Amino acid sequence: MDGFGIRIENMRKRYGTGDTAVDALKEVNMTVAPGEVVGLIGPSGSGKTTLLKCLGAVIEPTAGRMTLGDQVIYDGGWKIDDLKALRRDRIGFVFQAPYLIPFLDVTDNIALLPMLAGRPNGEARARARELLEALDVGHRARAEPSQLSGGEQQRVAIARALANQPPVILADEPTAPLDSERALAVIRILNRMAQQYDTAVIVVTHDEKIIPTFKRIYHIRDGVTHEEAGEGREV
Amino acid sequence: MISLAGRDILHSWGKFVFTGVGLGLLIGATLTMAGVYRGMVDDARVLLDNSGADIWVVQKDTLGPYAEPSSLRDDAYRAIRGMPGVARAASVTYLNMQVQQGNRDVRVMVVGFEPGQPGEPPYLLAGRQITRSHYEAVADVRTGFGLGERIRIRRHDYTVVGLTRRMVSSGGDPMVFLSLKDAQEAQFLKDNDAIVNERARTAANPSLNRPGVPGLLEAIQASQTVSRSVNAVLVQVQAGRDAEAVAEPIRRWKHLEAYTRAQMEEILVAKLIATSAKQIGMFLAILAVVSAAIVAFIIYTMTLGKIREIAVLKLIGTRSRTIAGMILQQALGLGAIGFVVGKISSALWAPFFPKYVLLLPSDALRSFAAVMAICAIASTLAIRAALRVDPATAIGG
Repeated sequence: MDGFGIRIENMRKRYGTGDTAVDALKEVNMTVAPGEVVGLIGPSGSGKTTLLKCLGAVIEPTAGRMTLGDQVIYDGGWKIDDLKALRRDRIGFVFQAPYLIPFLDVTDNIALLPMLAGRPNGEARARARELLEALDVGHRARAEPSQLSGGEQQRVAIARALANQPPVILADEPTAPLDSERALAVIRILNRMAQQYDTAVIVVTHDEKIIPTFKRIYHIRDGVTHEEAGEGREV
Repeated sequence: MISLAGRDILHSWGKFVFTGVGLGLLIGATLTMAGVYRGMVDDARVLLDNSGADIWVVQKDTLGPYAEPSSLRDDAYRAIRGMPGVARAASVTYLNMQVQQGNRDVRVMVVGFEPGQPGEPPYLLAGRQITRSHYEAVADVRTGFGLGERIRIRRHDYTVVGLTRRMVSSGGDPMVFLSLKDAQEAQFLKDNDAIVNERARTAANPSLNRPGVPGLLEAIQASQTVSRSVNAVLVQVQAGRDAEAVAEPIRRWKHLEAYTRAQMEEILVAKLIATSAKQIGMFLAILAVVSAAIVAFIIYTMTLGKIREIAVLKLIGTRSRTIAGMILQQALGLGAIGFVVGKISSALWAPFFPKYVLLLPSDALRSFAAVMAICAIASTLAIRAALRVDPATAIGG
């Protein structure tokens, strides 16, 4: 493994104080290399969502260290002032449902992120078209999200996550609403995109269909992560 | 950068347009209320303009002839005509009454004037001015009378020989012009039964029917049937003379009240229609609050319907000002649609109002600014709701 896309060391997250305090994350250690797709699995209440929110710089961990690419972004406190810019430029999100913006067409749903980052409209749309072609939905560039199938919408959501070429993508149960065939297609795309764009991908999932596809899996139980080797089945 | 607000409006234009039309009708009602007030002020000014007077001479200590009753002897104009600076002076009478036009009642102001003198209708749409001493009338077209039709006023019928336009009282009632003598009769002369009754009462009064004083009773009875009163004397001053300087000696030496144009406008606009203006002002304030509440509710509801999208936008790093700007622009867009609809609808329905509705471009500009301000203020509720959305709600369902 050459370098890493994201590294988490001894991350903890405590909600509340005193007698009512809850330790949602007790000891989280993870490393995901650029181009690698890892699974993050665990039962309900194990801390998956809390971890995802910490990794996404949506909530602040209580302790630990997080490094994104070659930049330490958290070390007992945020090391970056503008967390919105961090989320926009350096972290890609794929959700359980695609959550595309319904009043923007497919191209602009993707181009919005580079535009928010200050890139010219033409450049942002060119990037969007490039990603749509890479994800085999180039022919749907002018369509509205409501005109796409579920699988197409999820591919557009993946394209949006890649729009600003982030070093890491956080995918929150991206295959939950899909049937087996489409779920495996999404994983195939994530693998391809991770390698093509050198992006570390963390897939939080319960989905038994896709768990065998990961080469590495992080189990989280009671707020503690355990690394395991996956089957790495070809998809 | 994409206009998120513009795209959202285009995406759900039907909802925006229908909401804007609803809001527009409310704005149209607001513009019309303002137009009603402007129309009242304009009616008052037109009344003064059309009278052709520089000074109104009325009964002492009254605000006559439009705001209060005023009664003068009908020869008062002769003495006024001899005052320094007076070019022309003529008696006039004003009487608000109801007349029958076909099968409907029309509220009119009957004006008595001397032909060729101040008080005469300045222009005609059709027909001619009054040339005979009796039983001819000139009517405003809004009375509904046509040339040759007859108007029943008190005991007599008057033939409409001319039609005029925009000749209305300060209350907006169209005018009917009669010769001064006819108008005096209409206003001051009693009906036959009342005259007979009055004569009998006078004859039965020993102090007025004294034995040994021949001719006294007849003289008194004759005076009771003659109308020698008018409501005002309209005065035109000589060119280059200051109206106030001409009015002052009339007040001082003739023991009458004399109002200049500015003073009469003050009486009509600031005093006579002040209560109506306040009433309309209250309506405008209420309509503004209702409009603001509707815009706030609509924008708030629209924003709540986009909570998930807003959470995603915030999660992917959209700045708060971009989201606030989107909601603000939508509110302003709604206001703009509403204003256009309101402006068009008020212009379409204004002619059908019974009173004159004057829609001024300056009022429209002020209303547009007010609508935009109200929409901006109304959007703050929705903006607050949007800014409170936790981006974390996009993660983990």
